[in-house]
Amino acid sequence: MAGVEIRNLKKYFGDLHAVDGVDLSIREGEFLVLLGSSGSGKTTLLRMIAGLEHPTSGEIYIGGVRVDGDVPPRARGIAMVFQSYALYPHRTVFKNIAFPLEASRVPRQQIEAKVRWAAEMFSISRYLDRYPRQLSGGERQRVALCRALVRDPKVFLLDEPLANLDAKLRNTARDDLKRFQRQIGTTTVYVTHDQIEAMGLGDRIVVMEHGKVRQVGTPQDVYEDPVDTFVATFVGQPPMNLLDLGDPSLPPRTLLGFRPEHFLPRSTFAAGEDVRAFRFSVRRVEYLGSDRYVYGAVAESATPDATVIAKLPGTIAQAIPEGETQEFAVPRAALRYFDADTGLRRRS
Amino acid sequence: MTRRAVADREDVLGVLMLAPSLAYVILLVGVPFFLAILLSFSNATAGSLRFEWAGFGNYGAILGDPIFQRALRNSVVVTVGSQALVVVLATAAAQVFRATFRGKRFARFILLLPWAVPVSLAAIAWTWIFDSTFSVINWTLKAAGLLHGWLYWLGDPALALVAIIIVQAWRILPFATVIVLAGLASIPQEIVEAAIVDGAGFWRRLFQVELPLLLPVVTVAVLFGVVYTATDLGVVYILTGGGPANTTHVLPTLAFQRGILGADLGQGAAIAVFLLPFLIVVAVAMLRLARRAEVGAR
Amino acid sequence: MKRVALYAAALGFMVFAGFPFYWMLVTTFKQNRDLYVGASDVSHIPWIFNDPPTLDHVRLLFGETEFPRWVLNTLIVVVAVVVITVAVAVPAGYSLARLAGRWGERMGMGIFFTYLIPPTLLFVPFSRLVALLGLHNSLGALILIYPTMTIPFCTWLVMGFLRSVPWEIEEQAMIDGYSRLAVILRVAPRLIVPGILTVVVFTFTLVMQEFVYALTFISSVEKMTISLGVPIALVRGDVYHWGSLMAAALFTSIPLAIVYNLFIDRFIQGFTMGAVKG
Repeated sequence: MAGVEIRNLKKYFGDLHAVDGVDLSIREGEFLVLLGSSGSGKTTLLRMIAGLEHPTSGEIYIGGVRVDGDVPPRARGIAMVFQSYALYPHRTVFKNIAFPLEASRVPRQQIEAKVRWAAEMFSISRYLDRYPRQLSGGERQRVALCRALVRDPKVFLLDEPLANLDAKLRNTARDDLKRFQRQIGTTTVYVTHDQIEAMGLGDRIVVMEHGKVRQVGTPQDVYEDPVDTFVATFVGQPPMNLLDLGDPSLPPRTLLGFRPEHFLPRSTFAAGEDVRAFRFSVRRVEYLGSDRYVYGAVAESATPDATVIAKLPGTIAQAIPEGETQEFAVPRAALRYFDADTGLRRRS
Repeated sequence: MTRRAVADREDVLGVLMLAPSLAYVILLVGVPFFLAILLSFSNATAGSLRFEWAGFGNYGAILGDPIFQRALRNSVVVTVGSQALVVVLATAAAQVFRATFRGKRFARFILLLPWAVPVSLAAIAWTWIFDSTFSVINWTLKAAGLLHGWLYWLGDPALALVAIIIVQAWRILPFATVIVLAGLASIPQEIVEAAIVDGAGFWRRLFQVELPLLLPVVTVAVLFGVVYTATDLGVVYILTGGGPANTTHVLPTLAFQRGILGADLGQGAAIAVFLLPFLIVVAVAMLRLARRAEVGAR
Repeated sequence: MKRVALYAAALGFMVFAGFPFYWMLVTTFKQNRDLYVGASDVSHIPWIFNDPPTLDHVRLLFGETEFPRWVLNTLIVVVAVVVITVAVAVPAGYSLARLAGRWGERMGMGIFFTYLIPPTLLFVPFSRLVALLGLHNSLGALILIYPTMTIPFCTWLVMGFLRSVPWEIEEQAMIDGYSRLAVILRVAPRLIVPGILTVVVFTFTLVMQEFVYALTFISSVEKMTISLGVPIALVRGDVYHWGSLMAAALFTSIPLAIVYNLFIDRFIQGFTMGAVKG
């Protein structure tokens, strides 16, 4: 087992700066999630750790050994699971799982034992004689994990391994994955564009955009203390509301941010609670069962047309008629301030 | 940890695997290509290995030669004529063969036949069809009451050119049709359906939606058609041999007659070099298409 | 009404494309006295068998001409050129698609463009080269020169084919313990099989069809290939034996037509790459 150390890593494809100066320290046994939209450089970063892509500059250490220059993928002590699972189509499940062992010339009996052990762990023993095309998506995904496991890698690299599963299956697969990682305790780097996966799986989350790291932190850090407006609006669904109030009590050019679930009717708060109140003119209400999303505008805003969203839990029964203005409020502790020009958080 | 060996070096492996192909292309296409141009400025002959600089002598000689002038004109006429015919026929054929109907597989098989058969064998079959005594075309025209005199297809210079154009169009048509069909298949069905919903009829759809989208692919079909027709030797060589009286030569047959049969390599090469303008036009057009496709794909 | 027009149009194209082949078929099996009736005799219908069909022309073709010899020569050239093309073009296509990086595409384009340089421009210098190498009038000349036509197109074909095959299986094998070279030797071949098959078929058909170089380099009848021998040397003195000629054309066309029909879509992809997004 080992940590991964990345220093000022860059990868340019011509004019495109896919990864543009990333520093990252991945701790031993940690489950780290790289979160970003497509083109954010998260996959390129993962592929550089794997050795499938050569960095333009910068350094990568796995378990303290520098690998970026001339250590080929096979010698880095890693295992990778691709989004498509990349199962060898002409080999049975058994042969697929055995492949990395055969390639490193493990004796035949040991291979047999190891494959059976891993297959047991993922409960796919029944499928060992089948071919990948005879398996369902979820089974294929488990075969791919199994194949990654038998190598005893120092680091697991997972590239959106759940993206090809349907929504229902994805929930159980996520749970399985997390349990399995805790059990074996191997350092894991996981790439996804899905923030729910990121929040649910990661010990820490790395939010990336345009090849740069915007924030590193626990799911709670990233959600509650976003360092800038990008992270604030990228993480969370619906995104954080950002308002320019032109409030003289605040420094000029300040954006006020609050999460939709903190933006509730004034009446739901106790009278003495320290809240900031707004006059919220309701345009439309979406009933979603467990929640209601209320779309509208805030009169105090310098841009009164900007849409503001409130997320009311099902426990609040109060009627919210469309087209009327109501008093809503946010607890002061839930307010976040950002610089309107740089987007950076203001902590004052 | 294992360090990177040669077996891991993508750059080294890449060069090694590409080298034989590149060597073949450079040594046996690139070098001969420049040799062809060089030879056209020499008075080399097949018999001896001597190589003397002749400047523009060969070009002067052929440009003043009425047989060459005629061959150049024939090349242009045959290429333009056959390709014009092909574009119209292929677009129409593609419209027919995109529809589903009974026996379509068999019909497609028949349509493709002309492309599969070797040029020389097709040409000899057409020679028989155009035979001066036994021409089945003449019989059919006569039996239908359309012909009262007699058509000497390959004996009359103008008719022979018509025959050559027909054969070239016949030969290229399947290729062009299949390319246009591939283009039609790549037009997203939604666009066509949107046009239908928007109330466009068949003709409006064809001319204002499909043909503009098909333009790149039709261009590709024409470009290959031009190359295949302008540089083809077999059809004319077998059908007429350049006759009667050297009136139906095209550039390749004349180059063959002078350069190989007449052993005047310099002049043969000079005649063949006149194929270059056709090829350059095609190459430039294809490069521009490729660039546009690259931009469009982003 | 629309259906009728459709069938009529399809029939029209079929007649235009197929009638020479029908004519080959009829000529092959017609007796001479049925065959050689002047077309000015309107009462004698040439489109049908007026006398019972005969195998005389076929017998003549296989028994008394050099045709079987030409078939053998053609097969020799086909096998040799296929081997050379696969050995050269497949690694090159792989290199361009997987190893060359950003300039692979342009390089592939450059190689493909040499496919446009026609035999009729190159036969003059080649005649000199072939003479220098002492290969004149030998199948060796064809085996040496034909790959100049097959390699550029097939390199391009393999490159394009590989672009449609995901990289991940090969990358997975590299992570699982193979070197790049081991991946190329042990994993990639299975993935390229359909591409290789296309290369083989393209080469086969091209060699079967080639006429210009054969005409330039081969002068004696026993060295000829089918596409050269049939139109040039299947003539007795000054007399064309149309029955046997058409039999040869027919028997050569049938296998080619079947193979073409199976592989046409793959070839077309090679020609339209870039112009058709798919």
